[in-house]
Amino acid sequence: MTTATTLDNPPHGHPDHVCWGGGAANHTQHRLDVRGLTVSYREVRALEGVDFSTECGRCVALIGPNGAGKSTLLKSLVGILTPEAGTILWRGAALTSAHRELAYLPQRGEVDWQFPITVRGLVEMGRYPNLGWWRSFQKHDREIVDRALAAMQLEDLADRQISALSGGQQQRTFLARALAQEAHVLLLDEPFTGLDQPAEEALRRLLRDLAAEGRLIIASHHDLETVPLIFDEVLLLRRRTIGFGTVQDAFTPEAIAATYGTPALAQP
Amino acid sequence: MSVFLQSLDLEITRRALFACLLIGFANGYVSAFVVLRKSALKIGTISHGLLPGIALAVALFGLFSWSVLAGALFAAIFIGLGSLFVARTSRIDHDTALAVLYTSGFGGGLILISRLGIRQKLDEWLFGGLMGMSDSDLWLAFGISAAAILLLTALQRPILILLFEPNVAASLGIPVRLLNYLLFGIVILVLVSSLQAVGCILSVGLLVAPAATIYMFSDSAPVLFWGGGLLGSLGSCAALILSYQLNWPAGATITLLLGTIFLLAFILSPRYGLFRVNPASK
Repeated sequence: MTTATTLDNPPHGHPDHVCWGGGAANHTQHRLDVRGLTVSYREVRALEGVDFSTECGRCVALIGPNGAGKSTLLKSLVGILTPEAGTILWRGAALTSAHRELAYLPQRGEVDWQFPITVRGLVEMGRYPNLGWWRSFQKHDREIVDRALAAMQLEDLADRQISALSGGQQQRTFLARALAQEAHVLLLDEPFTGLDQPAEEALRRLLRDLAAEGRLIIASHHDLETVPLIFDEVLLLRRRTIGFGTVQDAFTPEAIAATYGTPALAQP
Repeated sequence: MSVFLQSLDLEITRRALFACLLIGFANGYVSAFVVLRKSALKIGTISHGLLPGIALAVALFGLFSWSVLAGALFAAIFIGLGSLFVARTSRIDHDTALAVLYTSGFGGGLILISRLGIRQKLDEWLFGGLMGMSDSDLWLAFGISAAAILLLTALQRPILILLFEPNVAASLGIPVRLLNYLLFGIVILVLVSSLQAVGCILSVGLLVAPAATIYMFSDSAPVLFWGGGLLGSLGSCAALILSYQLNWPAGATITLLLGTIFLLAFILSPRYGLFRVNPASK
C-alpha cells in the first residue's frame, strides 16, 4: 500500500525516506510524464506514440508480449536509447538530465557475473554519481553503503564475489546499489525472472516498501497473476499504449486480451 | 644468476633491465583492462598490424623513435577504425574485416621492409630488441607508461562502470564513446612501447597474461590492475635474467615465462583453478 502522508505526518517506519523536495508529502509533484514516445531500431519501429503519466510512490508494471517494447521503453527512460520523437519529463525537466536520481537494474542475463567485484564493491558503485570521478569516500558515503547493505540483508554477503550469490541475492545487490545512489526512480527489467518462490516473495515485499518510501518503481513483468500483488498501476504495451491506469481500472481481461491478442491469456 | 650479474656492469644490460621493469609494469597494468574487456584477440590482431605502419613511416621519415611511434599509431587507427567501417557498412562481421585488413597490411609491411634494406630491424620489430634500446626509446617507454597509468588510475570509476555495464555507464552521463577512444589509444600506445621489448608478434602476451593470472586469484578490480603491473614487471625482469643464463632470446622468454605462470595459476588456484576446492559458483 502506498503510504498516505501529509506535511505534518511524515511516513512512519521509513526514517531514511529519500523523496526529494520536501519528503513524501510533496510526492504528487514528482511526476513522470511520457508523451508521444516513439523509438525505432533502424527501420523497425519499436515504440509508437506511447503516453503515460505517473508519480513517485507508485509501483508501475510494464505488461506486454515479447517484442512489445518493454525493454525499449525502459532503455529510453534511462537514456540508453534516444527517442525519435516524444518527451520524457520528470518533475518538469528531461529525465535524462537527472541521471543521479535514476537507477536502472538490467536483466540478469545482461550482467557479466564473473566481473571481479564484490557485493560491497557493487553497492559502492552507487555512490559514484554523487562523488563524481575523483572525490574520495567519506564517512557519510560508507554509512549510506552500510545502510543499503543492511536494508537488503546483505551484510553477511558483503565480501562475496557477485557470481557466488543466488538469484534473489543478486537482485537485492542491485537494489542496494540503487539505495546507495539515493535514486528516486528505479527502472527494473524483468526483475522476477529466474527467482524461486521465497526469493520472489521477498523481492515483492521489497519493491512495495521502496515505493512506500516515496520512490517511483517501474518494472517490466511477464507473470500476469502476480501483477495485482506487486503493482499499483499498469501500462499495457504493444508497441503503442493499449491501456494505462490503476491495476483495478486498467488491468481488465479485455485490455489484457487486446494486449496479447489471444483471449486464452486473458485470465489474470 | 652469475652470467647476468657479470653483465650488469654493461650499460646495455642495465638499460634492458630498466626497460623490462617499466614496460612490464605498464603492460601488466593495462592488461587488466584488456582482460576485463575480453578483447585480447582483437588487440593481438592490431598489434600485428602495427608492422606495416612502422615500415611506411620509416620509409617516409627515416628510422627514429618518433617515426616508429607515429607509424604504429597510424596503422592501429587505420586497421581499428577501417575494420569497424567495413563491418558497419557491409554484411561482413568485425573479426573477418580485421583479419583481412591486418594480414594484407602485414604482408605489405614485410615487402616494404625487405625493400628498405633494414632486415636486422625487422627481427627486432617482430620478436623484440631489448638489447638495442636507445635513450630516446627508454624515455618514450617511460612517458607512455606514466601517462597510461596516470590516466587509467584517474579515470578508474567511469572505466569500471564502462567495463562492467556499458549501458548503465551511458545512463549515468559518462561519455562512453570518448572514453572508448581514449582507452583504445592508451592500449595502442602501450603496445607500441612493448614493441621494443617483445616485438609485435609476442606483445599481446605481455598485454594479457599478467592480469589473466591475477584474475585466477582475485575478485578485486584494483588488485587486477596493480597486481597485473607488478607481475608484468617482475616477470619480465626474471625472464630477462633467465634469458641471459640460458642464452635464449629475451622477448620470447618473457612471454613464455608469463604464459607458464598463467598456466600454473590456472591449475593451482584454490578458488578459480582447475582443481579448486569449492567451485566458485554457488
